[in-house]
Amino acid sequence: MNSLILRTAVRAMQPVLLLYSLFLLVAGHNQPGGGFVGGLIAAAALALYAIAYDASSARALAVVNPRTTLGAGLLLALLSGTMALGAGRPLMTGLWVDVPVGDGYFALGTPLLFDVGVYLVVVGTTLLIVLTLVED
Amino acid sequence: MLIAVLAIFALAALAPLLQPRLPERWLAPVLAALPAALVVYFLRLPIPTVDAWEWAPLLGLRLSFAYDGLSRLFALLITGIGTLILLYAGPYMHGHPRIGRFYLYLLLFMGSMLGLVLADNLILMFIFWELTSFSSFLLIGFDQHLPQSRASALQSLLVTGGGGLALLAGLVLLGMAGGSFEMSELLTRGAEVRGHPLYLALLLLILAGAFTKSAQAPFHFWLPNAMAAPTPVSAYLHSSTMVKAGVYLLARLSPVLAATVPWHVLVGGVGAVTMVTGALLAFGQTDLKRLLAYATVSALGVMTMLLGLGGEAAAGAAVMFLLAHAFYKGALFLVAGGLVHATEERDITRLSGLRRAMPLTAAAAILAAISMSGAPPLAGFLGKELALDVVWHAPALAGVLSAGTALASALLVGVALAVGVQPFIGAPSPAASHAHEGPPGLWLGAVVLASAGVIAGIFPWLTIQPLVGAAVDAVVGAPVALKLTLWHGVNVALVMSTFSLLAGVALFTQMPIARARLARFTPFRFGPTEWYRLSLNGLFRTAAVQTRLIQSGYLRRYILLTVTLTVSLVGVTLFIREIPLSQGATGIRLYDAGIAAVVLLAALGTVMARTNLGAVAALGTVGFGMALIFAMFGAPDLAMTQLVVEALLVILFVLVLYDTPRSAPRSRMGTRTRDWIIAGGAGALMTILVLVATTVQLEPPVSSYYVDQSVPAAHGHNVVNVILVDFRAMDTLGEIAVIALAGVGIHALVRLRPGRTPS
Repeated sequence: MNSLILRTAVRAMQPVLLLYSLFLLVAGHNQPGGGFVGGLIAAAALALYAIAYDASSARALAVVNPRTTLGAGLLLALLSGTMALGAGRPLMTGLWVDVPVGDGYFALGTPLLFDVGVYLVVVGTTLLIVLTLVED
Repeated sequence: MLIAVLAIFALAALAPLLQPRLPERWLAPVLAALPAALVVYFLRLPIPTVDAWEWAPLLGLRLSFAYDGLSRLFALLITGIGTLILLYAGPYMHGHPRIGRFYLYLLLFMGSMLGLVLADNLILMFIFWELTSFSSFLLIGFDQHLPQSRASALQSLLVTGGGGLALLAGLVLLGMAGGSFEMSELLTRGAEVRGHPLYLALLLLILAGAFTKSAQAPFHFWLPNAMAAPTPVSAYLHSSTMVKAGVYLLARLSPVLAATVPWHVLVGGVGAVTMVTGALLAFGQTDLKRLLAYATVSALGVMTMLLGLGGEAAAGAAVMFLLAHAFYKGALFLVAGGLVHATEERDITRLSGLRRAMPLTAAAAILAAISMSGAPPLAGFLGKELALDVVWHAPALAGVLSAGTALASALLVGVALAVGVQPFIGAPSPAASHAHEGPPGLWLGAVVLASAGVIAGIFPWLTIQPLVGAAVDAVVGAPVALKLTLWHGVNVALVMSTFSLLAGVALFTQMPIARARLARFTPFRFGPTEWYRLSLNGLFRTAAVQTRLIQSGYLRRYILLTVTLTVSLVGVTLFIREIPLSQGATGIRLYDAGIAAVVLLAALGTVMARTNLGAVAALGTVGFGMALIFAMFGAPDLAMTQLVVEALLVILFVLVLYDTPRSAPRSRMGTRTRDWIIAGGAGALMTILVLVATTVQLEPPVSSYYVDQSVPAAHGHNVVNVILVDFRAMDTLGEIAVIALAGVGIHALVRLRPGRTPS
């Protein structure tokens, strides 16, 4: 689409949207957010870029092929569940470690990995669909 | 045991990666090292061993493996012959560009077959069963560019896969009837299963699976066509291992299912018919591999028939026959491949006099042929004698069965001589002019297997007695005193086998005439192959007709059909069941009413908008109104997701509609009225459903548990997210898999439209 307004707006919004999507991903466990929303916002950002400019620029911006992102996300989600098997617990048990940060501690766990996997799947699928339609 | 199976799968995945990095001569021996090591492992693994891994105990899921005499016999066959086949495949497929893939598929098969015979859980065994069908499909169709290969592969997959479907149903019924899906427990509950009302149904279904896999009549036609595969595949899968999976299943489930009238009649009967059919059909063939394929069909029939007769003696005969058959048939297939490799000729009428050019192959072939003919002192004789003895002492139809067995034996003697002896005697034919013995990999397997047949035959008590004995114990379900000797005294079995041997030699000398006579003997014009072809064509034609009727290609038709059907079916159900609606709304706040009004107006705007883009904008407003409703009811995650999804939808709509005309043509008044009615009905239905849903409570709510446990157990304050990624992570895993599939599907559908070049 050949609109100067759209291009400028998209240019300005890109970094904000992408950063915000990452923020939502990480903050999701304790506040509204999570992998699904984060992935959608990242995908929306890249989709807007594809519409304002063209699909190949969006692909270059995404760096990784959407299909690879999709597959990597699924694999990561599955692996986060099998890590529990390695520790002798049933499949999909959440394993947590407490990382000391300053005064208190920060809880890191396999559900976060799962959420990242969900994020990647959503980004990959949405990008795959949007770019396929744009290139058509 | 789990690690053994997984190791083979891991090696399979590595094979295509190793192929470019290793010199070609070393690839096969390196790969063959693992199966060879496993042979030693299985020899040393004590009987019985049980190995179970509970990976999801709350769901009752465990990977359980059990090792007993029967599994040991099969595991040794699979790994031992597999080693020889890998060494054979190297020089046979010399220079093939896709040999890495070949090894991948072959090792994939080996792992699946091994898992099949080791699995203790019925469902686990079924998964490996289907994996063997799948890898067989890949291997048969390996020469993808040949239409014959593709058709044969498809045929094998359809036949064995269809049987597999029946088998799954049968196994589920068996698990329900016996109260457990673990075979070790089922084996102790045989009486319960046999007396269960579902016994006949589950027997028929399981037999369907076993008969299709082991090429019993009338499902035998896929096996000769599977000879389109490269010879290592034919020697491994379609003679020594995969086709025996059905026999394995029958043997394994004998303690549970056998010794009833339906079992005797069905298993024994089908086995006997297959035995004779296979032998008759074999005799009329001239292609090396098809000859052996039909002979394998007949041999499988013998094993099935023996299992059908039941009893200790029959079990012993079946196991001995199975072992001897693996030795001689594997050797003969390898010889056949060696002959084809050396002379490029597959027709036995054109092969002769190769003994000087290929002496080692000739020796192996002649020994294997003698074993197949059931002549002493080789292993085949042991198996044949036991079988004839059992058949003669059968409780019913002993005369008929004995005559059939003798006839089949005679014919198979002819086949054995035709494949194993004839190409090597006499004057060298034109095809033999450039023949020579190949590299060791090509004749090693045949020599080893043929020698095994000799040694096992002459010294059974030293070599194979413990192996066979333990297997028979497993089949019968109790220890059996089995004695394998060469000399049983002069009895009817000896007389019958002498007669069939002499008759076979006589048939062989008259082979061309006999073959011509047999070829004209086709009682059934409409054999199973015809039925298969007709059913396949019928399926395609029905699909075409049905697609033309229902799938018109217009989106509005599909939506009309879907909505109308849903509204009528659900509406009628609600009406009949008279489900109470909730008591009406109380305490409607001003902004609730305001948002509802906005959504309604926007919906009206979508329908009445003048331009397409205007309609899209109104549709977006509806979505944003929904997001506000979610926010009002205290669901911020939901509201955020709805907002982003709506924004994306609007963007996508704008993208798609941007280059189309500004407004779509209006439909006629009559059509619009119809559409209004249906749409109104759908809206009314959804309203009623929501009012109904708030009054229905099927189970006590779990939400309180999640809210309580969210922070202590899952370290998270956002209950919604915690449910998604922790408490109900399995469901989410399924959901993202579906999302991924949908994305891939859309991509494929858009890219593969006719007229476009796929990227």
